[in-house]
Amino acid sequence: MISPSFNAIVPMLCATAGALVVMLAESWRARGERMPLGVLGGIALSAAGIALALLWDQQASSFGVIVADNFGIFVSLVVVVAGLVSIAFSSQVLDRDGIPRGEYYALLLFAIVGMMMMATANDLLVVFIGLEVMSVAVYVLTGIRRDDPRGVEGAFKYFLLGAFASAFLLYGVAFTFGLTGTTRLDGIGQFLAARSMSSSPMVLLAMGLLLVGFAFKISAVPFHMWTPDAYEGAPAVVTGFMSTGVKAAAFAAFTRVFLSAFEPFSADWAPLVWYLAIATMVLGTVVGVAQHNLKRMLAYSSIAHGGYLLVGLVAANQVGKEAILFYLAAYAVTNLAAFGAIALLGTADRANDTLQDYRGLWQSRPMVAGVLTVALLSLGGLPPTAGFIGKWYIFSAAVSAGYYGLAIAGVLTSVISVFFYLRVVVMMYMTEPAGTIAPPVVSRAALATLAVTAAIILYLGVLPTALLDLAAASIDTIF
Amino acid sequence: MTSTHYLVLSAALFMIGVFGVVTRRNIVIIFMSIELMLNAVNINLIAFSLQWGNSLGQVFTIFVIAVAAAEAAVGLGIILALYRNKETINIDEMNVMKW
Amino acid sequence: MLSLIPLLPFAGFLVNATLGRRLPKGVSGGVASLAMLASFAVAAAAVRRLAGLDPGAFAISETFYSWIASGDIAIDLAFRLDTLSAVMVLVITGIGSLIHVYSIAYMHEEPDAAFARYFSYLNLFAAFMLVLVLGSSFPVMFVGWEGVGLCSYLLIGFWFTKKSASDAGRKAFVVNRVGDYAFVLGMLLLLAHVGTLDFQAVARAVAPQAPETGFGALSIVTLLLFIGATGKSAQIPLHTWLPDAMEGPTPVSALIHATTMVTAGVYMIGRNAVLFSHTPDVLVIVAVVGAATALFAGTIGLVQTDIKRVLAYSTVSQLGYMFLAMGVGAFGAGIFHLYTHAFFKALLFLGSGAVIHALGGEQDIRRMGGLRRELPITYWTFVVGALAIAGVPGLAGFFSKDAILFETFARGHVVLWIVGALTSLLTAAYMFRLVFLTFHGTRLRQGSGEAASAAPRDVDAHAHGGGHARDHGGHLHDAPPAMALALLLLALGSVAAGYVGVPHALGGGNRLHSWLEPAFTASTATVADHETADDAADDHGGGHGADATRLELNLMGVSSALALFGIGMAAWFWLGRRDRAAAIAERAGPVYRLLLNKYYVDQIYDAAIVRPLVALSQVGLWRGLDVRLIDGAVNGVGTTVSAAATTLRRIQSGSVRTYAGFVLAGVILVLGYYPVIEPIVRSMASVFAWPMGR
Repeated sequence: MISPSFNAIVPMLCATAGALVVMLAESWRARGERMPLGVLGGIALSAAGIALALLWDQQASSFGVIVADNFGIFVSLVVVVAGLVSIAFSSQVLDRDGIPRGEYYALLLFAIVGMMMMATANDLLVVFIGLEVMSVAVYVLTGIRRDDPRGVEGAFKYFLLGAFASAFLLYGVAFTFGLTGTTRLDGIGQFLAARSMSSSPMVLLAMGLLLVGFAFKISAVPFHMWTPDAYEGAPAVVTGFMSTGVKAAAFAAFTRVFLSAFEPFSADWAPLVWYLAIATMVLGTVVGVAQHNLKRMLAYSSIAHGGYLLVGLVAANQVGKEAILFYLAAYAVTNLAAFGAIALLGTADRANDTLQDYRGLWQSRPMVAGVLTVALLSLGGLPPTAGFIGKWYIFSAAVSAGYYGLAIAGVLTSVISVFFYLRVVVMMYMTEPAGTIAPPVVSRAALATLAVTAAIILYLGVLPTALLDLAAASIDTIF
Repeated sequence: MTSTHYLVLSAALFMIGVFGVVTRRNIVIIFMSIELMLNAVNINLIAFSLQWGNSLGQVFTIFVIAVAAAEAAVGLGIILALYRNKETINIDEMNVMKW
Repeated sequence: MLSLIPLLPFAGFLVNATLGRRLPKGVSGGVASLAMLASFAVAAAAVRRLAGLDPGAFAISETFYSWIASGDIAIDLAFRLDTLSAVMVLVITGIGSLIHVYSIAYMHEEPDAAFARYFSYLNLFAAFMLVLVLGSSFPVMFVGWEGVGLCSYLLIGFWFTKKSASDAGRKAFVVNRVGDYAFVLGMLLLLAHVGTLDFQAVARAVAPQAPETGFGALSIVTLLLFIGATGKSAQIPLHTWLPDAMEGPTPVSALIHATTMVTAGVYMIGRNAVLFSHTPDVLVIVAVVGAATALFAGTIGLVQTDIKRVLAYSTVSQLGYMFLAMGVGAFGAGIFHLYTHAFFKALLFLGSGAVIHALGGEQDIRRMGGLRRELPITYWTFVVGALAIAGVPGLAGFFSKDAILFETFARGHVVLWIVGALTSLLTAAYMFRLVFLTFHGTRLRQGSGEAASAAPRDVDAHAHGGGHARDHGGHLHDAPPAMALALLLLALGSVAAGYVGVPHALGGGNRLHSWLEPAFTASTATVADHETADDAADDHGGGHGADATRLELNLMGVSSALALFGIGMAAWFWLGRRDRAAAIAERAGPVYRLLLNKYYVDQIYDAAIVRPLVALSQVGLWRGLDVRLIDGAVNGVGTTVSAAATTLRRIQSGSVRTYAGFVLAGVILVLGYYPVIEPIVRSMASVFAWPMGR
């Protein structure tokens, strides 16, 4: 390393370098030539992952604005894994859908850089830049199939509302700066803790606007409206990536800002987040029931899962904070498996993403059906899967913090949600194949990746302690 | 002029931007309204920078302008792709996906 | 060693799930059955070891690792074989093995893939059920609890091409979700209140406390757990799914919906006997619900015409007995009945399966009759089962039912005893109505063969190609060897199983009772100074009591007389002159219709919950209602949610301006929260204090 002060940004540098190489390679590519761009991206991300692992417990800090503490590293690793899994699913899908490979991989890597930046940011300015780096890349990824009206429309809605919400976030940052004279998170925390200005309208204004900005990115109700459209419009691999990576990164920044900088005012923001959590869980679940498109259904499901994460944030006790991290990881793996399966089942002419397309899938593609079943059961929180453990921690955190209302709503919605997850399972196992569309051939590499994700889901359900210890170690470093 | 004046100006600009986003039908005008909101924030940042006597707010402003430019480029690209698909820039016709 | 018990069937599941489609039927059925038999062997060995232990440490524990650990919560993934779970494990693996063997013959006409799928579900079910009973803490039990629900759902809908089957699966699912909801909340509240979820630790923590008077936290916990149990074990008001669940293959009804899964609720209460003993008010609710269900289902069973539905209502009724026993604190008697019931109810279901199999899918008892001569093995074993369930002295059901009724009476619940005795009369009556209508008299010839496949209830016609009986030219075949073996062994069990619990009054030692005793107390030291109602009443047979013995003998006489009277009544109505029954039915028209329509419970649910909501959403959804959605949605709760979903999804109009409007509205709400909303909330603090938690 050049200088110790650069250590914390090495993972981001790895991914950035990967993205730049991909772009250069793409520009030198002869027409029709195939380049192993996916492998390149995989190498860059693996390097970033190794760098992150080496930084564990190092408390590295670059320029005071990027802090690679364990919390940030944990979330960054989740993001990197999400990227790697997405890349593993991509190669087959990109050719089939005619997605330009160079742009795709470069944007994916840039988005990951932004996410890692958000996860490790210790300064509101860096949070904002990371958020925009991530968002801009993801907007484009959403609409990367330029000839697909749904994709472009989803990208447009996402972009417009995203920019709108960013403006609110930025306004909140401005007020925070005006209030405290700094944008460093630790500085803000110290400033606010030192002065008791509990009822100052300026604090509440700043906090409220920041809350809006983050709530948008994690698609909390009522800022969730873009989610179903963007998720449905985007290619399924991209949806899998953004439903996990974006949520993890945004949640990391959200948690960090509100549990470190605005910790002194938790009594003021907790009730607000309480309402957001309830509304998010209920709406995501209830509207999910009425969906016939699998991607859209999982979009509502991911809204609801954002609500469960918010429950952990409200509880904000030791268990709750660990639960957030565990849940993020469990949810990421599960959602990647589910969207991966959906992506692999599409064909060039049809996305094959409506409920009817899954009729009798067990007979034609038993392996994919099996993995999708595991993923859906995990999303529904049935034991013994990762989702069950995650929900268990979240709700027990809520109960032990005394938030019985949240626990009741959470359990109720997860009970209802099983209904629509199981509807897909029923389609796959308990109906005869429709016989009209031949399911596509799925490559071995993609199948292996699917199997690995399913294995991780079950592993985390049966042996969650290893990850949980990591989560606990991550929490110890910051809060 | 105290910083309050700037804050009021920026708040007014921000409101106008919000109003524009919610009421206008032309995509490009909506987009400009968002830019207006960002610039309102910039005024705010500079006012606070003045008030605290440090340059952090001004640095932040430069970043915001840069990010806004990137966003504008991507946004216009998306709008162009949308126009190719739909042949319109009326926002009320963008509802293939709903419910 | 304990881990092998569920792992063996799980391995069977893996084999059939992955390779099953390429295996011939003999292999996939054989693998599944062997897995169960091996599991039974391991279980028997484990129980032998348990019996050899000294009574102080009367349990085998096996802790694998710390499963969920964080902060001060630590839940181990551990199995624990004590006397109570030993009984359950033996019932599940033993009767489960027989049912697996029986299924090989019963399902033989399914295509290979479906055959393998069937056995993979069945093995998976057994694995989860064993986890349920072996788990040493609530979360581990919950793994099994959810797993068996899922398998039950898949098996009810096994013949999914038939709408009634998939509807029944959905109904079972929705009703069970209500129960699961309460169960999870109960667990979380228990965790918050006691700080642990290990059964032993909970018992130890609760034991020193005085029983909770009034409705405190513990009572809410046990009430929630009991609601969970009513869902799983089909008690009022969550009983409606079980009769519909008969759409599944008959061996599934025998295994899941008669002997194992539906008894999980009873087992759960027995497992937490100490906890429930500390909430006497909830125990009263348990007893009343159990007794009411027993009587209520018994009356319905009297008029049903589908052979499997009669048995289903009988199951609901017998489960009611078990809950009655649990509710009066006679945990040993409840588990005893669970154990004997497993034998004769499995026997009756498998016997009915043999009848259905022979008749090519006919299930309507009005079109049966005279099968006595054609199906001798089935007939005699069925009669043994019916005698056992009716409580005729000497057979298994007599001892266990007597134990429940005696304990109910002895603990002063005279009204509940009367209800129980009445139910025992009803039980004898409806069982022998079934026997006489099915096996005696003469069969209406047009009812067999093709008519059966034309009839609406041709459930098992699936399995038997509809023309099974016709192929044999009107001559019916008795159960094939694999089925006959299972029937004979179960008949043997139905006769002999009761002798492990011969009461003291009859000179027996009631060995089952003393065997189970340690499972219902916290660890010995802590409970000694606190005498529960349980301990007080359990002494009855020990040293004291010519009085108790006389009372027990008298009660025994009453219930035996009632059983015989019930059989006689059935004979008078349905053996001699069937027109007498018809005449009664006509004279008691309203009552008969009430019973025939199962007290209109489904209709009430429909009218009170479903229709208003549907109507509401139809009025509300002026933009055009997605009729298919409402039609396709499940009834009851399902429709409620669907209606809400259909309304709410309209908000998602697709227009970006609406979306932006929502973002703005959100901003206004968030920013307006402090100046406007919060003061209002604060002024209504008393209302919001509870849900907010703080």
